[in-house]
Amino acid sequence: MTKQQPLLEVKNVKKYFPIKSGILKRTTGNVQAVENVSIDVYEGETLGVVGESGCGKSTFGRTVLGLEPLTAGTIKFRGQEVGGLSYRQLKKFKKEMQMIFQDPYASLNPRQRVGDALEEAFIIHTELPKQERQQRVRELLVEVGLKEEYYERYPHEFSGGQRQRIGIARAIALNPSLIVCDEAVSALDVSVQAQIIKLLKRLQQSHQLTYLFISHDLGVVRHVCDRVMVMYLGATAELASSDQLYGNPLHPYTRALLSAIPRPIPGRKKERIRLKGELPNPADYPQGCPFHTRCPLATEKCAKVRPEWREIEQGHFVACHEV
Amino acid sequence: MDKLLQVDNLVTQFRTAEGKLSAVRGISFSVEKGETLCIVGESGCGKSITSLSIMGLLPSNGEIAEGSITFQDEELTGKKEEELRQLRGNKMSMIFQEPMTALNPVFTIGYQLREPLILHQHMSKRQATDKAVELLEQVGIPDPKKRLKQFPHELSGGMRQRVMIAIALACNPSLLIADEPTTALDVTIQAQILDLIDDLKRKMDMGVVFVTHDMGVVAEIADRVMVMYAGEVVEIGEVKEIFNNPQHPYTKGLLASVPNVDDEYHTLESIPGSLPNLNEKIQGCRFHPRCPLATERCKREASPIFDVRETHQSKCWLQEVNVHDKAATSS
Ligand SMILES: Nc1ncnc2c1ncn2[C@@H]1O[C@H](COP(=O)(O)OP(=O)(O)OP(=O)(O)O)[C@@H](O)[C@H]1O
Ligand SMILES: Nc1ncnc2c1ncn2[C@@H]1O[C@H](COP(=O)(O)OP(=O)(O)O)[C@@H](O)[C@H]1O
Ligand code: SF4
Ligand code: SF4
Ligand SMILES: [Mg+2]
Ligand SMILES: [Mg+2]
Repeated sequence: MTKQQPLLEVKNVKKYFPIKSGILKRTTGNVQAVENVSIDVYEGETLGVVGESGCGKSTFGRTVLGLEPLTAGTIKFRGQEVGGLSYRQLKKFKKEMQMIFQDPYASLNPRQRVGDALEEAFIIHTELPKQERQQRVRELLVEVGLKEEYYERYPHEFSGGQRQRIGIARAIALNPSLIVCDEAVSALDVSVQAQIIKLLKRLQQSHQLTYLFISHDLGVVRHVCDRVMVMYLGATAELASSDQLYGNPLHPYTRALLSAIPRPIPGRKKERIRLKGELPNPADYPQGCPFHTRCPLATEKCAKVRPEWREIEQGHFVACHEV
Repeated sequence: MDKLLQVDNLVTQFRTAEGKLSAVRGISFSVEKGETLCIVGESGCGKSITSLSIMGLLPSNGEIAEGSITFQDEELTGKKEEELRQLRGNKMSMIFQEPMTALNPVFTIGYQLREPLILHQHMSKRQATDKAVELLEQVGIPDPKKRLKQFPHELSGGMRQRVMIAIALACNPSLLIADEPTTALDVTIQAQILDLIDDLKRKMDMGVVFVTHDMGVVAEIADRVMVMYAGEVVEIGEVKEIFNNPQHPYTKGLLASVPNVDDEYHTLESIPGSLPNLNEKIQGCRFHPRCPLATERCKREASPIFDVRETHQSKCWLQEVNVHDKAATSS
């Protein structure tokens, strides 16, 4: 890893959601959605964020973008603190950071022409005259593999893959540096998924984009990401380059996760690591190692002492007593 | 052969503002006892509508327009709703992608498990409760007695899916239709559910129709695979034949677009374009607008189904050439 300044520096970030109960709505506990995450993200890389449903991937992504106020920790963007900024102060960073969602349809107004929806970004963030704005929208449509004429169409007239292209066009409209892709290709069929992955890769080159690529699909992540961070119950279990993580997974959770993926090879001997039970409730956060309730290697120590986040080999971090 | 289900030339249509549109266009296949048939294909290709046609659970604007479905030598098309209800949840059961849509939120798990047992197996409430506990144990739910008193929303997604499987299995069905039962689950939980279904199939010699769009899942649990495209069966065969010797360009495209977790150098291929809408008129082979090998003939004329081998069929003109080649080399 080059020792350039990271584009994004995340330090000891926590995001808790208070649980309120009783008539007085007193806070009686917390959902510990993000539990002490530290990570540097470098310009031009694709960092994968993986883990089971509810482990805090989306919350982490939203927190990075300033869409959720921090509970603790710091976030720096190009060396500047953004974590504690108000919505207004954040506005100038908004152009720099964008998001692509799993279901672009949910974020498009069904009664608005797609071209007009795309034009909005230019109305809010630029001084361009109408003609130029519309010209830019047409260029955008072509850039993401759609046709200029689609300007006039409405969201329901597009297929899932096309709608995702529109979501991508909207994200790149203002030339951001960082895009959080939250399950951006998860809802698509494999044939179309491959088209969108190619598009994302092409745009990364042409626009020097940095991606935070959130996904529960470890196959896609291997394909798309340079480095991968594995989350479990809001905490980071392991961080490594894709090659290290898939070639030499060290954390017992990462190993179980990789062994559970069904491979498209009939008759292959399954050597699955079986996990007991299910993800604990993050509102009732376990003591010690968050994984100890399901870990096949857990010892007594694991139930009491939270493992440290250690660098085992160059660029390969793990939180586990037994590694 | 122990044939359980035979579908012949099934056509399922929807009444829409644009007239009658066919979602399933004359498909034929069969399922045997103790066999898992996987149906794969892109979203919208007709997998669910095929399953719902068999179960007699089509949406109100849908109907079986042609063809026959025989289950244990009994014709199902044309049966009255009451007769179908007797079969459902008894001799044949279905599980869905989203268990919340199938579980009733206002009744306890216990009630929903006991009901079919009392109804179809004429058990007493006491007997049904014992059986319910046994079923929950069978699908790996810890502390089953406590669960009987809980409501669906009190359970996690994986747990609900297990409960739905328990309900589906309550009356020892001969045929289980599972429509993307693990798509919404995490891989670690999916692995548990796949093992469970496979296990139960073996123990009870059930026939299973398993709908999925995940080729990895297919490889794990299928005995045979049926590939659907735009309402048609384009290829069908034993699981090893489909993976190791796919013939139809669509099947090949699907397999090539699955990202490989074990190979960093694997290059992803995509199939250009997307599935046509139901109202699009396509002459010739329905895949030709996306097919890299389409010829003039493909644009004019749809291909019949050719035998690749006795156990393997493909609906593509390329097969005709291959068949000729084989004939030529063997003579
Ligand atoms: N606004 C909120 N209020 C309370 N709890 C929340 C809120 N948003 C998220 N959570 C909880 O925080 C935890 C992490 O949720 P998050 O959506 O980040 O998970 P995820 O990893 O993105 O899951 P998925 O893969 O299902 O999208 C979950 O337990 C979730 O229920
Ligand atoms: N009630 C309905 N009315 C009209 N069209 C429908 C209806 N239900 C499904 N369809 C259409 O039938 C086709 C096949 O759907 P389905 O079997 O659900 O696909 P899948 O393979 O994803 O399960 C799709 O084009 C879908 O839009
Ligand atoms: S610290 Fe203990 S419980 Fe946690 S992952 Fe390592 S061995 Fe398992
Ligand atoms: S019949 Fe022609 S168009 Fe259809 S799949 Fe075969 S080669 Fe392609
Ligand atoms: Mg999420
Ligand atoms: Mg379906």
